[in-house]
Amino acid sequence: MNILSLLILIPLLTVVGILLVKSDQLVRKITLAGSALQVIFASWLTAQYVSLRHAGATAQMLFESSRAWFRPLGINYHIGVDGISLVMILLTAVVVLAGVLVSWKIEKQVKEFFFMLLLLSVGAYGFFISLNLFSMFFFLELAVIPKYLLIGIWGTGKKENNAMKLALMLMTGSALVFLGIVGLYFASGWFGGEHTWDIMKLSHMHLPMNVQVILYFLTFIGFGVFTGMFPFHTWAPDGHSSAPTAASMFLAGISMKLGGYGLLRVATYLMPDAAREYSWIFIILATIAIFYGALATLMQKDLKYMNAYSSVSHVGFVVLGVAMITKVAFAGAVLQMVSHGIMTALFFAAIGMIYDRAHTRMSNELGGVLKQMPFIGTVFIIAGLTSLGLPGFSGFVSEMTVFVGSWVHTGIFYRVATILAAASIVITAVYILRATGFAIWGTITRKEYALLKDASWNERWAAVLLIVGIVLIGLAPFLFMHLINADVQEIFNHLHAG
Amino acid sequence: MINESIIIMRFEWLISLMIVVLFILNLMGVDKKPERFMNIVNVMLIINFVAGFIPIKDGYLFQGFYHTTALIVLEKNILNLGLLLIAFSAKQWIIESKRPAEFFMLMFSSVLGMYVMLSSGHILVLYLGLELSSLPLAALAAFNTDSRKSSEAGVKYILSSAFSTGITLFGISLLYGAVGNLGFDAIIQHIHEDALTLTAFVFILAGFSFKMSIVPFHMWTADVFEGAPTPVTNYLAVVSKGSVIFIFITVLYTVFGKLENAWLLAISVLSVMSMTVGNIFALRQQNLKRFLAFSSIAQVGFVLVGIAGASNMGTDSVVYFLVIYLLSNIALFSIVEAISDETGKITISDYKGLYKSNPFYAIIFTVALFSLAGVPPTAGFFGKLFLLTSGMGSGMYVLLGFATVNLVLSLYTYLRVVKAMFIDKEEERMPVVKKSLLTNFVLAVCLIGIIILGFAGVFYQYIDSISSQL
Repeated sequence: MNILSLLILIPLLTVVGILLVKSDQLVRKITLAGSALQVIFASWLTAQYVSLRHAGATAQMLFESSRAWFRPLGINYHIGVDGISLVMILLTAVVVLAGVLVSWKIEKQVKEFFFMLLLLSVGAYGFFISLNLFSMFFFLELAVIPKYLLIGIWGTGKKENNAMKLALMLMTGSALVFLGIVGLYFASGWFGGEHTWDIMKLSHMHLPMNVQVILYFLTFIGFGVFTGMFPFHTWAPDGHSSAPTAASMFLAGISMKLGGYGLLRVATYLMPDAAREYSWIFIILATIAIFYGALATLMQKDLKYMNAYSSVSHVGFVVLGVAMITKVAFAGAVLQMVSHGIMTALFFAAIGMIYDRAHTRMSNELGGVLKQMPFIGTVFIIAGLTSLGLPGFSGFVSEMTVFVGSWVHTGIFYRVATILAAASIVITAVYILRATGFAIWGTITRKEYALLKDASWNERWAAVLLIVGIVLIGLAPFLFMHLINADVQEIFNHLHAG
Repeated sequence: MINESIIIMRFEWLISLMIVVLFILNLMGVDKKPERFMNIVNVMLIINFVAGFIPIKDGYLFQGFYHTTALIVLEKNILNLGLLLIAFSAKQWIIESKRPAEFFMLMFSSVLGMYVMLSSGHILVLYLGLELSSLPLAALAAFNTDSRKSSEAGVKYILSSAFSTGITLFGISLLYGAVGNLGFDAIIQHIHEDALTLTAFVFILAGFSFKMSIVPFHMWTADVFEGAPTPVTNYLAVVSKGSVIFIFITVLYTVFGKLENAWLLAISVLSVMSMTVGNIFALRQQNLKRFLAFSSIAQVGFVLVGIAGASNMGTDSVVYFLVIYLLSNIALFSIVEAISDETGKITISDYKGLYKSNPFYAIIFTVALFSLAGVPPTAGFFGKLFLLTSGMGSGMYVLLGFATVNLVLSLYTYLRVVKAMFIDKEEERMPVVKKSLLTNFVLAVCLIGIIILGFAGVFYQYIDSISSQL
């Protein structure tokens, strides 16, 4: 068996484990152990990858293996990783572990909750390691329905409507993706001689421009829905706000990245000509998203909505980076995916901790939380500072990289887009500082807040885990750049040669 | 010759033999002790099912009126599986109905008709099989003599059946006028796309559409599904419909193969209507049996997308999907039956909070619904996407667009039930339903099938290897 399959196998075995035991506490422990194992395994895998590269491994994908699944249709379980998928896998492992830690206190249907969470992670891992479009799609869809149940059963507020909205919008997105990949399958037969779903084979085929255009739009918009790309973002704020903390972390931290990864790996990489010709449309959409997301965030009083809308803005940078089609912008987009994934997970974790104690998420109802809960308050502030792009934290590096990558284009159109995107940081600073001022600093607004307890051990571990990630990217971005550079270069070359 | 006919027609002989045995048992009065009678029938069904897997050679009989190929054997085996599972899950109801011998005689006769239909090499044999398979169903639909709805269902079924028969026969006679012969081979050779042939085709297509409950020929479906006893509904939705779809592909691809350009359009239009109407009407249903009726109408629409693929992949994907469809529906109907028999509850709102009272049923119900909706990791995901992929093969882009929209719509309809079971608060808690061992066995088989078929590509590969010889 290929070692990459362990990424899927470990959560699956964890699922089996929790199904076999009765006690809730044991369920939690098994899930925690399984998730910790994921982080260890993902780190080990990265180390192996780096040392193989150092030893001179030149293949585009490492640990590659392929096994027939539906042979007559050319559907294989074809897996392999490059640097880009590896950082995504690391991100998934970290966010899942943090999510499990944060959900430690969940009392309602514990087994089912962790079952769903683990199922989501199976979908995410499978998606990132798949090199066959069909199996990739399988894993993408696998990560939709558990979200519906997670929000519907454990969520808050208008959870039923929001869960349904999320499921239907994501399903529509994936339907578009499906049309796109089926199109690729048939087009590969008509124009390339062999029907295939294989990403590596497809990348060597040269499809006619008119075919590429259709498939590019189908896949870009389809994955764009997952990313929360404007104007298909409306599921995100509603879904995030209703979801239980761990699910919000997962949704914003990982699910939206499935879309971003697909934009890069499928839409852009496989339809290079169309991408060069038409990506300007998505530059416009991304710029709107960045600006509009930031403005919409200004209006939010609910902290969760605030973070959800700011996610729309931040993920806009991912779309922008992908659509700019320069090497540096690609790298920025990948880095922003990881950075935003960790940051937003931390933010949701902090908001969840505050909500659990104060039972409100309205920034104007909170206040003086820092005094009572110094740890949680600090976590919130760190997440906020990352969000507004303070140097030293991950947000700064990744957004900066996108700007630099965008600035490479000299056209006035690109310049305006870059400037507008950069300007959004000012707005971000306003809402972050305002929220922090209202909710965290200041005097205690309600008497009962004086009794609030600070973070428990599990919450501390979750926060520390994520903060380490943020600081690591912020201070040593070269570690990640080193990992992804060659692959970003490959995608860039491909687009240029195409 | 006689030996050969026994071997090649093994399925038909065996089921006829079983009908004779039922007569004898009836004469001996064994059916007065339903429990014992049911055990004997179940053993017969198991033997019948297992015997289906004994290898059989392809061959022709009666100058090509009857033939069999590996694909036909597989199709018959699939029907056998359906028959077996439905009979198992219906055991309790049949015992209580007090007329088990009648029930199975009708059921077996109907299955015999399906076998004949599947193996037909001549339009008249096909017609004979089609009628033999549907007439006993009318009696079965009216089997609950105490219930007015059941009698109504019987009448509705027989009337719509008679109507469709008339239409089909008219089409057949026109076809005879156009071609001069009704043997499949002869038609394949002499058919041309002229006005008379096309008219004949339209009438025959309409006849089939009635049996498959394709919109707009679906009017009878919901009422009959609701009125008939649940095991009969199950049989109607799964085995009966499946058998007609099987023979429909064969007829379409081979006999009317030359008219492909004409029927592709017709099939596409019917498909879009079925999917859309089925899904939209399913949204409004409260009664689960009616809900499943409209769901089955929508599912046929999806099957037609696969059929529009007009290639080997079309056959592969349809046969593969039908197996999954069969397992999913049997699971759903078995649970509806188990619950309604014991509690009388049959509406979606009755199922609120089912997960808390009957988690086992709720989980299997959900998996089966997800399978119909095409959600991974169930096999329905693959089944449905293969149908769509197949449709794309013949370049029916508009059809594919409608199909994907309907995929989302159908998810919504199915999630409505899932929501009731898992999320909604119940007004009145459903009692814990006593679980019968046989029903649980059926559910377990369905569940395993629904999961395994998606991961084991071997089955699909097998279908692919035999599907070239329709």
